[in-house]
Amino acid sequence: MCRIGAIKSKVPFHPSKALHLMLPQQEGHDNSGFAMVMQDLAGVFEKYKDKPLLSLACTQYGAKLVEDYMETHNFVQVSEWIPKGSKKRGLDIKAMPYYIFRNYDYPEHYRDASQQVKEDLLLDTRLALRKLLEKDEQGYVYSFWPDVLTLKEIGDPRDIATYFKLWDDNGDLMAKNVVVQCRQNTNYDIVRYAAHPFFLQGYTLCANGENTFYTKNKEYQKSLHRGYIGFESDSQNFLYTLHYVLHQLKWPIKYYKHVITPLPFDEIEQRPDKEVLTTLRQSLGHLEINGPNTVIALLPNNHMMTCCDSKKLRPVVVGGDDTTIAISSEVCGLNVILPNRNHELDVYPNEREVVVITNELEVQRWKQ
Amino acid sequence: METVRTQDISANDLNFKIEYHHDRCTMCGSCVAACTFQAIEAVMERRSVTVSTGSQPDPTQRHLAVPVIRQKTTLANACVGCAMCEKVCPNKAIKPVRNEDTRHNLLARSGGPLKRGGRTNLNAQRTLDNIIIGRISQMTDPSLDSERHTFDILAPFGRVLLPQELPLTAENGELKMSAKTPPVHWIYPVIFSDMSIGALSTRAWEAVSLATAYLNEKYHLPVRMCSGEGGMPVKLMESEQLKYMILQIASGHFGWNRIIKAMPRMKVDPAGILIKIGQGAKPGDGGLLPAAKVAEHVQAIRGVPKADLNSPPNHQGLYSIEESVQKMHLSLNAAFGFRVPVAIKCAASATSVSVYNNLLRDPYRICGGFFLDGIQGGTGAANEVSLDHTGHPVVSKLRECYLAAVKQGRQGQIPLWAGGGIGLTGNAAADAFKMICLGANGVFIGKILIQLLGCVGNERGRCNSCSTGKCPTGICTQDPRLVKRLDIDKGAQNIVDYMLALDSELRKLMAPIGNSSLPVGRSDALVTTDDAVANKLSIQYVC
Repeated sequence: MCRIGAIKSKVPFHPSKALHLMLPQQEGHDNSGFAMVMQDLAGVFEKYKDKPLLSLACTQYGAKLVEDYMETHNFVQVSEWIPKGSKKRGLDIKAMPYYIFRNYDYPEHYRDASQQVKEDLLLDTRLALRKLLEKDEQGYVYSFWPDVLTLKEIGDPRDIATYFKLWDDNGDLMAKNVVVQCRQNTNYDIVRYAAHPFFLQGYTLCANGENTFYTKNKEYQKSLHRGYIGFESDSQNFLYTLHYVLHQLKWPIKYYKHVITPLPFDEIEQRPDKEVLTTLRQSLGHLEINGPNTVIALLPNNHMMTCCDSKKLRPVVVGGDDTTIAISSEVCGLNVILPNRNHELDVYPNEREVVVITNELEVQRWKQ
Repeated sequence: METVRTQDISANDLNFKIEYHHDRCTMCGSCVAACTFQAIEAVMERRSVTVSTGSQPDPTQRHLAVPVIRQKTTLANACVGCAMCEKVCPNKAIKPVRNEDTRHNLLARSGGPLKRGGRTNLNAQRTLDNIIIGRISQMTDPSLDSERHTFDILAPFGRVLLPQELPLTAENGELKMSAKTPPVHWIYPVIFSDMSIGALSTRAWEAVSLATAYLNEKYHLPVRMCSGEGGMPVKLMESEQLKYMILQIASGHFGWNRIIKAMPRMKVDPAGILIKIGQGAKPGDGGLLPAAKVAEHVQAIRGVPKADLNSPPNHQGLYSIEESVQKMHLSLNAAFGFRVPVAIKCAASATSVSVYNNLLRDPYRICGGFFLDGIQGGTGAANEVSLDHTGHPVVSKLRECYLAAVKQGRQGQIPLWAGGGIGLTGNAAADAFKMICLGANGVFIGKILIQLLGCVGNERGRCNSCSTGKCPTGICTQDPRLVKRLDIDKGAQNIVDYMLALDSELRKLMAPIGNSSLPVGRSDALVTTDDAVANKLSIQYVC
């Protein structure tokens, strides 16, 4: 079982805060990796918020492949931030030779393209790069999206942070939103892509638990969208369904919970919106999840969301103050980064509840 | 000395021999009266007794005439092993015994092709028994509590649309339906299969429908029953309970005259319409009701004279699948104002996937279910050559259909219902669960229902006399004297009890894999110890 967390703040903060949130929960997450997605960036990326940012770990040859591809496809590099790894001995990290965080400008002929066309271009580029690098394992491309940075590595999260100098808090790497997780997938072989958070076209998601409808979800999702690939982890099912409901079907966010954990038929029958809910349940039956889970998602509009499986077999807590709110598997994480918050206002979402945190840090709660 | 006449038929040439203990018999005659096949008779036999009572041999011989029960040795009166004689004998003096050396199969064709009821006797393979539910939730994913958790054990019957096809519009954060969608009913994943009034006695049919209504109204188990080809009692059609019934239309269209006439007086819609194209027990053959069973009430319901009722193998006027969709589906949908789902039943066949693909691509979205009937399905009457030598196992075919839909992202759009051998070894819950994991939305059962009513037929050639009108249990006969043997209430009670146990057993299977709703397509939950089965069904091989 892993532990997941997320921090949302009105003021940009360093990733070290995310580490402080997660490390007290280490008994539950085994310290086998570190992965985070940062969104609404500050620091070195602040000036390039509208320029797609490529997050990449690769070999030297992999870097060359990416450069060639991007050049051939008329992307223009506007900025680059390459973390210089700490050379300290004895660090528990299976580091890749290169980590590249690079902002590009869209190809000239996309300047006036619609938002959707640009979004499709970014996705297709990421998928193409992934395919390119997958051959001979030359690297991993985690995200390619404006104002979003992804870092994933295998090893002890403390050592990974030391390697990337995440403890330094020097102002380079900052964001208003971080979604984080400190463990590699332990059910199967360790694959860098299998570590959550997962990212797709502005949607980031972490899921703590096990989705026993994985096969069912996967078989359905495979044909829904070209971006629904990999399936290295059953948690990807949650991201793809989130993306499908919000981005593809363009349905209001409250229907996500109705799709993944539909109400029992008896309860639907009592509802005024039973016609819609029944229709959803029958048409999206293959996207229903089962098993114990907690989901934390970060949306393109920077809102954060959390909800649980319908039997509430995985814990999660939301708490914070006027400037920062965090979501965490265990309350001990919150206690470290937000010791002075009003504990009485902590929210433990129930099995039918959805919690959304807006950019004004308004905590919205509703029952599905 | 008797002469040996080689061609004479003796009890040893028949499937069953009567084992009779004269010393236990009181000649009460119950067995003879009970035997509907007149396979036994009371006769006088000569006995010769030699007695010597003195201290020196002094034999005296007496000749006696004693009454005994004797097996008839004609083919027309061959014992079928139903054991009604044993059931009624107060003294355990008589019973049929299976005869390993029977020559019946060779001799019985003297009157033409063999006809019988029951199931195939040759294809008893049980793929489902080689499959185990092997992915048990533990540790990271706790098992559920089958007694305490709520489980949604329901399956769709009706045409389901793709999410992007739904007429939904978002207004103020709420989705609203902006148009009508095809009717879909969520029903229990086990349908009582189509057995007609005619094939079944009125009492047997009534017992099944009574059980259906009882399960719905007392236990809220939304089980649906299919009428079978041959119509329904008008009273039922005009009652509230019609909502539990799926009306069948088969190639003979028997009973539809009365159904159509009753339509204006129907208070509620039926649960669905099932177009029967074929059945697993005799694929490519139409329904068959021998004249012996066409009693007066059957003539009335079907609107026919007393004669063999052989439905044609095809629906007349349907020459292609496109027509099937356009003509039959459309007209039956239209008949009930597009409020009642219309499904189609075919015998499993090497071509089932093509048929399913065609239905999936139907532009009218009017096919509400694909019922696949395997070779192990039962029947009231068929040629034995059809029963034993035609057909297709349902398990792999169901899986192929499901995977064909998966390939197109259309799984669940036309619900898959599978039958033919479900519950063959007694546990319909396990069979249903495994079929659901392989991709079925639900299953249909028939034979097991009449077995619960008391049918003694089996896959080893016992009884299977459904076509003769002499059913010894009163289930598959229209003879008023025999029909009375069936206690309707007790029969219905047996079905209800079985279904309640089945419901608990389904929970008992859902709980350990951690699922609170039906695991349709969760093939990862299954493992098999048979490599070939693993390959064919794309499930995990284990040893």
